[in-house]
Amino acid sequence: MLSASLAGLSPHPGLAGQAAGARPAPAFTVISPQARTPLPASQAGDQLMVALDDLAPLFGLTVREDGIGGGLTVTAANGKRVLLTPGQPLASADGRLVSLPAAPVRDGRRWLVPIEFLSRAIAPVAGTPIEVRRGSRLVLVGDVRVPRVEVRQQEAGGVIRLTLTVAPRAGHQVTHEGNRLLLRFDATALDPALPAVTPGPLLQGIRLGDTPATLAVDLGPRFGSYRASAATRDANSEVIVELVPSFTDQAIPVPPPSPPAAEPLVNLAPPRPSVRTVVIDAGHGGDEQGASGPSGALEKEVALAVARRLRAVLEGRLGLRVLMTRDADKAVSLDERAALANTNKADLFISLHANASLRPATRGAQVYFLSAGQGGEASRAALAGGALPTLGGGSRDVELILWDLAQVRHLDESAAFAAILEEELRGRIAVNERPVLQAPFRVLAAANMPAVVVETGYLTNTEDERLLKSAGHQDQIVQALLQSVIRFREVRERGVAAMPTGVSAPNPSRPPR
Amino acid sequence: MRRSLIVWIAVMAAVVAAAGLGAVVLSRWLASEVEAPPSEGGRAAAASADEARKIKARLFYVAEDGVHLVPVEREVPFGATTADQARRIVEAQLEPAPEGLVSPIPAGTRLRALYLTEANQAFVDLSAEARSAHPGGLTNEILTVYSVVDSLTVNLPVLTGVQILVDGHEVDTLAGHVDLRRPLVRSTFWIDEGTPR
Repeated sequence: MLSASLAGLSPHPGLAGQAAGARPAPAFTVISPQARTPLPASQAGDQLMVALDDLAPLFGLTVREDGIGGGLTVTAANGKRVLLTPGQPLASADGRLVSLPAAPVRDGRRWLVPIEFLSRAIAPVAGTPIEVRRGSRLVLVGDVRVPRVEVRQQEAGGVIRLTLTVAPRAGHQVTHEGNRLLLRFDATALDPALPAVTPGPLLQGIRLGDTPATLAVDLGPRFGSYRASAATRDANSEVIVELVPSFTDQAIPVPPPSPPAAEPLVNLAPPRPSVRTVVIDAGHGGDEQGASGPSGALEKEVALAVARRLRAVLEGRLGLRVLMTRDADKAVSLDERAALANTNKADLFISLHANASLRPATRGAQVYFLSAGQGGEASRAALAGGALPTLGGGSRDVELILWDLAQVRHLDESAAFAAILEEELRGRIAVNERPVLQAPFRVLAAANMPAVVVETGYLTNTEDERLLKSAGHQDQIVQALLQSVIRFREVRERGVAAMPTGVSAPNPSRPPR
Repeated sequence: MRRSLIVWIAVMAAVVAAAGLGAVVLSRWLASEVEAPPSEGGRAAAASADEARKIKARLFYVAEDGVHLVPVEREVPFGATTADQARRIVEAQLEPAPEGLVSPIPAGTRLRALYLTEANQAFVDLSAEARSAHPGGLTNEILTVYSVVDSLTVNLPVLTGVQILVDGHEVDTLAGHVDLRRPLVRSTFWIDEGTPR
């Protein structure tokens, strides 16, 4: 509307404040809720200057040079005016005098003003907040959120830790796409301060992503998995992303995990079953040590270590409510474990174990779910949803009296989760040739929700035992479980057929009916 | 002479009847074969002949892959009743494995008692070693349990289920995984049928 051009304006040759030695400087970026526009800049002495004829189309200004007095009049879209006097580091903004760090200067046929002219003079006249960030060359106009994101890089024990300080704090999402991690912030754009990264086997670089509010972390060939966590510090937030190398000694290719499903922003439909509460069951404990390996690794310890890591990831990454059947080396009865899940209305029960075989060569992870039918007549009645007669006539709901057969109602979903988990485990760690199996599990029978037992590997195999004790290998298992929970949640929420393909379906023999 | 002919006919009839009875019993079990020792002039009574008779039964050992049971045909003493035969089979399954095989049963485990219900469910009472000497681990436990369950239900199909007791009591599990609170039915899922011996 006020896109007047300064073409034809001819600054008075005799005026003071001519630009002596103004030279091009890196451009600013003007960020408004509608657009991102570059704004050329010049350096004059220690001042960063911008040309009035560059500001005019951007901000809808009209610029007029007063032939007699030698002053400049800048008129905003709302008719309010800013008066500038060459040689004076001052401006009159709608009648109010404001100071400028430097006087307007002439550069050839153009007039240059300090970049602060925008925040000090134009902002009060236009009634719009304008923030100038000299260091990051940003001009923020109106209601935009452009948090400062400062990234620090540390390396310890082969793991690269990126610490992002986000000021002011902004929500974020971490996704793994191909050979990069994307950190999407809930912001209009980012004001990043990135470290110089020497490309390495784990991390190749950190840069702005394809969209203004995204940071891209380029991953190297040895990248195995990552874990991300966030914390709030006053008005800022801190995001920590750790890059964990893969274990090449397994000779297993590490395909990128599936990107986590984006949640719908608004869901007006009646709530579908989802995954909000997960119970993690670390097998055995206390006097009941479970299996043991030739070097002394104990099933109860491996199970608890993986359980703790899984809890941290499910809470930190997915924000799920996570309960542990035990968080210490103590005995917990099998009934108590399922009861914890049932009373807390858990949506998923994951029991973590480590296996043993009398054949030392046997190795690899396996996923189990309950085999129905071994309960004879009782379980068949429960499967049929029938009712049993009671003393004195009438009948009782089978569900009430066969609490310990609750799992039979969830076998389909348990099988689905087991199949997804097998896919996610495969490629990350060694998987047994019988990957998904059914068995009459005592701890699963009473679980009134989808439930699996994960046998993370064979402690009786020296290689599996060595790996199961290592943090990196445990993280691979946790990463597989995390991705499986994400996919399973998607299956439940959207009802989509996200079942894995090519999964060797369990084929247990069914009892004769 | 006429008198001795009558005695001879009576003895032959008794032998035929005994053989017929044995056939009826065995047909109930569908046991593979019965190898009776050579008749010594037909004077052997059925009861004493049982002591030396053997049946061939499939017993189960840990397969090379560590996650299957491999069936091995072995001679097992004959039992006159289903319960007797079941005892003989379990006792044979509990014996140390022959050379080259690995037993899924914890060492030292003995059969304390075995009885059948009217519904032909077998209750197998094992000694405490079944739990106390168990090496742990789900796969080991499954193979222990199903070597007992399948040795009975595969060889004696008349049995509808097997419940394992330990030291005279019902137990939850042997090593923390497999539910033993109810009779388990035959499951060939754990048997590697590809390499029968």
